[in-house]
Amino acid sequence: MTARVLLQQSDISRALTRIAHEILESNRGAADLLILGIHTRGVALAQRIATRIESIEGVPIRVGSLDVTMYRDDLAEKPMKIPGRTDIPVDGIDGLTVVLVDDVLFSGRTIRAALDAIVDLGRPAAVQLAVLVDRGHRELPIRADYVGKNLPTSLAERVQVKVEEFDGIDEVKIES
Amino acid sequence: MRHLLSAKDLSRETAIEIMDTAEGMSEVAGRSVPRLPALRGKTVVSLFYEDSTRTRTSFELAAKMLSADVLTFSAKGSSVSKGESLKDTAQTLAAMGADAVVVRHAASGAPKLLADSGWIDAGVVNAGDGTHEHPTQALLDAFSIRRRIRSGDSTGTALDGVKVLIVGDILHSRVARSNIWLLNTLGAQVSLAAPATLLPRGIEHWPVKIHFDLDRALEEKPDAVMMLRIQSERMHAAYFPNPREYSRFWGLNDERLHGLSDDTLIMHPGPMNRGLEISAAAADSSRSTVREQVANGVSIRMAVLYLMLSGARRESQ
Repeated sequence: MTARVLLQQSDISRALTRIAHEILESNRGAADLLILGIHTRGVALAQRIATRIESIEGVPIRVGSLDVTMYRDDLAEKPMKIPGRTDIPVDGIDGLTVVLVDDVLFSGRTIRAALDAIVDLGRPAAVQLAVLVDRGHRELPIRADYVGKNLPTSLAERVQVKVEEFDGIDEVKIES
Repeated sequence: MRHLLSAKDLSRETAIEIMDTAEGMSEVAGRSVPRLPALRGKTVVSLFYEDSTRTRTSFELAAKMLSADVLTFSAKGSSVSKGESLKDTAQTLAAMGADAVVVRHAASGAPKLLADSGWIDAGVVNAGDGTHEHPTQALLDAFSIRRRIRSGDSTGTALDGVKVLIVGDILHSRVARSNIWLLNTLGAQVSLAAPATLLPRGIEHWPVKIHFDLDRALEEKPDAVMMLRIQSERMHAAYFPNPREYSRFWGLNDERLHGLSDDTLIMHPGPMNRGLEISAAAADSSRSTVREQVANGVSIRMAVLYLMLSGARRESQ
């Protein structure tokens, strides 16, 4: 098995900064935004994007976390996972533009589960998707609005994202 | 987790895992649509051979919040009251495709019999058996203590060094038994205060300290005081002279309430006998966790059902 590092800390940092700018540009500011990270690594990435938006715009921005474990369609087959916490603003998500953040976009099934979870939480004005890595092989009609890096992969390869908050290091590796 | 039969058998890791899962569940109750789709298509049967509104509704609500289908068999008004044996009831439930059975029975060990018998393939949750155990109550009590004492993020923590005093009818209390084992597993120091007539035989072998004077027990400044209900339905002998005397010696009255430090938790598994084992002021004080215990009970039972019924883990064990 060989592993290649595709993105290093500086690459990841630049990608997140660009995504922050793109989010602001296409939403014309940060007024009604909620940056919502999907457990586990999406939460850390969402926090970093939010910090960047705050320093660009100079205003505080809503950040939250979303656990989609209970909404997965493979819950009955896969080894069971302990669900994490879902944290959203106290006054709900109605009318906000929710930017979902995840580390890797692959089959699209996690995002499908996240969309279902969001529907149970309220009625946002719009939902957008930001991912650090898009590795292709979608199984559902889902696409990302903001992509850090497009990585053409084969199904046999494994993409591994590490973030400092959980893994002590920032890097994206591909194993084959 | 295949079954949940007793708190004594729970490992520290599993207990913490259940509490951490309950932490994730607790936020659901506050939603406008308090539903998670995790157990869609699963059937949970509540099989209650003894009356219990609280525990039964708590389990049923927990199952419904996870989108499971719920069937209720209560002793009254079902084939059970017509003399059907546990075996036949179990086989009926198996034929109906039950995935989990929540059972309460007056005989200690009935849930274990159901789990080990091979009559039914479903997971079995003990919701109280005789004077033996009531594991979900112990889990929700530990969870309530953990949430209050470790304010903020309590995920992953146990109860090491926490002092818990359990007061009252230990003899008949499956709540006390389950709590003693689980709290001990989680590293808490458990002491009991009770009249000698209401302590079970062999208590000296339990991992607890025993007081025969409530005021002296309270002097040790416990972090939580758990008052047990005087179960008049089980009082078939003269365990104490009269309720008024019991209340004076063993009740958490207003005077004892004022002697407690401000952060001592007051717990009660419910239903309370106000004026007997607990005064109204104690039950309604800000230190009381009685209502939190009810809410936390739903989260804990959601966690137990989820861990039992979802994932490939069931096959692997």
